Amino acid sequence: MPPSSTILLDVLSEARTQILDNWLSEAEGQNPSESQREHARELLQAFGAVLRSGDPADQRSPEWAAVKKQLEAISASRAAQGSTSGETSAFVLALKSALFGALTPKVGGDPAVLLELVTSLTAQVDAMAQWTADAYQRSREDIITRQQHELLELSTPVVKLWDGVLAAPMIGTLDSSRTQLVMEALLQRIVETEASIAIIDITGVPTVDTLVAQHLLKTVTAIRLMGADCIISGIRPQIAQTIVHLGIDLQSVTSKATLADALGLAMKRLGYTFRKDS
Amino acid sequence: MYRIPILQMGRSLLVTIQVDLEDQTAMALQEDLCEKIARTGANGVLIDISALEIVDSFVGRMLSAISSIGRILDAQTVVVGMQPAVAITLVELGLSMDGVKTALNVRRGLALLEAAEEGAGRVD
Repeated sequence: MPPSSTILLDVLSEARTQILDNWLSEAEGQNPSESQREHARELLQAFGAVLRSGDPADQRSPEWAAVKKQLEAISASRAAQGSTSGETSAFVLALKSALFGALTPKVGGDPAVLLELVTSLTAQVDAMAQWTADAYQRSREDIITRQQHELLELSTPVVKLWDGVLAAPMIGTLDSSRTQLVMEALLQRIVETEASIAIIDITGVPTVDTLVAQHLLKTVTAIRLMGADCIISGIRPQIAQTIVHLGIDLQSVTSKATLADALGLAMKRLGYTFRKDS
Repeated sequence: MYRIPILQMGRSLLVTIQVDLEDQTAMALQEDLCEKIARTGANGVLIDISALEIVDSFVGRMLSAISSIGRILDAQTVVVGMQPAVAITLVELGLSMDGVKTALNVRRGLALLEAAEEGAGRVD
């Protein structure tokens, strides 16, 4: 064990409570919560284990892995509480001044030892702060991915409008993965309900470019191959202009202005007639 | 080699594909079907592919070809019961099978053939 680690360990065991108090008051102000205190205590304990290990500089050691795990837990719980990554790493960095404060009375007379200790401590605590930032980022990314997935499922319902008529109201930008999802859901429902007409309503689609049109055409073709008919409704005037200007050929697709018109056409094809009681 | 049976139902022929189509089987089916249409004078052919889960571009082209040949021999061809995965695969392969008539199941396919026959009858 390097001599600097021995000194640090002595300081840690002698002044543990004082270091903890200084750290928390530095990081959290006057009233640290119980969970923060618990986090700080566990982190300090894991750090002590690193110092006791043979080589504190080796960040791949199992002791460091325990510290990293602890940091990830802190980061995740703070992310859930709404702290920013800056606040989380500031919390870890505050450990530095608390440790320096405890070290100064012990080795203040020997500048060479103090310098060595400060250098190694700085490197280690900085690495820890770096880790919390990384972990924070990862936990945020997990949240975003999960939300994306949920959004994808939310935004692609297939509804039955009438016996034999299905509708898929598309909302939001159409990309490959979404179109694929809608296509699969729609085709599956066609098999289940034996629907003969499927309406794709694109009122909620903000823009249609060549790629989106391509996706739509694919869906229409797949529906036709299954033996059902497809009507596209809700093409807004601007989108109609875009489609024509882009030179996309939608000749083979039946389109109606609104979902109501499309339903009317579907009912007519199925042989229903409606009469208003007057 | 396995040959797919062709059943006669009234004036229509029914082909139910229960196995994964190999190229040889598909070619044999095409030949058998042409011969049978010519011999029976059938005016409709139903190809039920509801049990077919794997298609490649060859099978897709073969279905298109059977349909075209059928039209020349005065028999309306309807492909029925295509599975969603098969439809998506064919679309991704770029086979839109424009000339081929499709229906959801055999019942719908028969209704389609009957309607076409009545329509043709009125024209005469």
